[in-house]
Amino acid sequence: MSAPFHALPDESLTATGNLPRRQKIASIGRGIFLLATLFAVAALVVLLWYIFQRGWNWLSWGLLTNPPSRRPERAGLSIAISGTLWIISLTLLVAFPMGVAAAIYLEEYAPKNRWTRILQINISNLAGVPSVVYGLLGLGIFVEWLNLGRVVLAGALTMALLSLPVIIIASQEALRAIPWSLREAAYGVGATRWQVTASHVLPAAIPGILTGVILAVSRAIGETAPLLVAGAAGFVTTKPGGFFDSYTTIPIQIYNWMSRPQTEFRDLASAGIIVLLALLISMNLIAIIVRQRFSAKTRW
Amino acid sequence: MTDLLEQTDAQTMPDAASEQAPLIDISGLNVYYGNFHAVGDVSFDIPKNQITALIGPSGCGKSTVLRCINRMNDLIPTARVEGEIIFHEQNILAPGIDPVMVRRRIGMVFQKPNPFPKSIYDNVAWGAKVNGIRKGMDDLVEWCLRSAALWDEVKDKLDQSGLALSGGQQQRLCIARALANNPDVILMDEPCSALDPISTLRIEDLMRELARNYTIAIVTHNMQQAARVSDQTVFFSLGENRMGTLVEASPTRELFTNPRDSRTEDYITGRFG
Ligand SMILES: Nc1ncnc2c1ncn2[C@@H]1O[C@H](COP(=O)(O)OP(=O)(O)O)[C@@H](O)[C@H]1O
Ligand SMILES: [Mg+2]
Repeated sequence: MSAPFHALPDESLTATGNLPRRQKIASIGRGIFLLATLFAVAALVVLLWYIFQRGWNWLSWGLLTNPPSRRPERAGLSIAISGTLWIISLTLLVAFPMGVAAAIYLEEYAPKNRWTRILQINISNLAGVPSVVYGLLGLGIFVEWLNLGRVVLAGALTMALLSLPVIIIASQEALRAIPWSLREAAYGVGATRWQVTASHVLPAAIPGILTGVILAVSRAIGETAPLLVAGAAGFVTTKPGGFFDSYTTIPIQIYNWMSRPQTEFRDLASAGIIVLLALLISMNLIAIIVRQRFSAKTRW
Repeated sequence: MTDLLEQTDAQTMPDAASEQAPLIDISGLNVYYGNFHAVGDVSFDIPKNQITALIGPSGCGKSTVLRCINRMNDLIPTARVEGEIIFHEQNILAPGIDPVMVRRRIGMVFQKPNPFPKSIYDNVAWGAKVNGIRKGMDDLVEWCLRSAALWDEVKDKLDQSGLALSGGQQQRLCIARALANNPDVILMDEPCSALDPISTLRIEDLMRELARNYTIAIVTHNMQQAARVSDQTVFFSLGENRMGTLVEASPTRELFTNPRDSRTEDYITGRFG
């Protein structure tokens, strides 16, 4: 019996048989994918061009340092920037330790049974809940039920709830990426579970965790809907000085300017968007630097 | 095989392996992973200050048995262990025993070298530190690295990462790390399978050296290695339903020259697995 192969018709190495057709399909595929990419990039470029065109001339130092005003040339973001910083720091303070702790529990401690699976599915679902729903939750629980009012603390707790699922999932993934052999090595010399986690697993997972946290927080910075619902004020003229002061944030200030009839305010809103973009891009840059800094040191 | 045995004889080996008092006495050991009965009714002794080799075809439960001895199987949620492992007159598997304490006295070296992503110094020192030792750390680190035949190669770069060493050096670092708690027993699960032949020989020499002061149990898929280094050999094979069973535990020389069981003979002469 001869070997069950199909012989090629000749020795030629140019495309013959069905190969030209297969190559053609391949190049059509390439075209489609390139088009999809170009479309996405083009949309982004148009958007940025539009915003920069309208907002560029309104960028000024005063935009960062002035309080809001009824006159566009004197209006600024200072109160909103301060509000955003307050909200974000407090959100971090709550969501970072809580999220990482939850991830450590789920990955390092929890038994793998039906209950933890249900818990896990719930957390994944929470990450997909529309942000305005968190706003309603914050309004219901923190503003009204706990009677905190429309203050920094209520806003930050709402944002913490919004960020928690993302932080938990990112931290879990970072922990899961740590090889079992590292844990084995540490257990092998007589370490307890906490010593293994605190000295080896957590430090090795920190770059991944921080990346996730920074991305979750930068998403929260850009959110408008939840804080609009849960009580950011429309017009505040003093910076918040504590947990129980009223506040506004950059996206909400932008939203307010956008809804004014005067074109000057619309242009000012574009300038505000540029500021917000700059803030978000720098946060993402920090995430990238953090990841590279840490991961250069350890290799398995 | 006879070649190997001549090599074995050429080395200075303690004679009369079986006359030594057992340091570890395993009896009626059964291990289950979920519903899978992985190891069935295994009993053997590990004599003090000797090297006991565990050999057998892949999947017959050698690693599983080894991991029982320092309770590493506790870390596998599906694993369930039954039987007795007597060590210093206590049953390691008994409910009141703390696995952390067991692992301090019974150290382990793994198949793939797995130093901590820390400095060479900290790799050795960490195990002692977590167990509360603070003083004399420099001396301890030096002593462990010397005992692992690594000191001369690393004494000038103790603050460099353990991961920057070669594979063989990493494995000796892992042995040094295991020594830092002054264990009675060192378990090694195929410690040379990721190493080149030269590094392998260095580790084997080191094992013979360590056997003066420590009791060693080593899993190996390499029969030449078992014949070269061990005093006693335990042969496992796969029984019904892929359950690992013990076939024969004998002094190494006896097992390789005059196996009691035909399955052992088939395996060591290469007629099987
Ligand atoms: N963590 C585990 N979960 C489930 N089954 C396992 C696990 N570890 C090992 N086994 C099974 O137990 C048997 C013995 O494995 P092992 O002890 O690793 O064998 P060996 O080391 O002799 O190759 C194999 O059938 C293997 O598939
Ligand atoms: Mg194995």
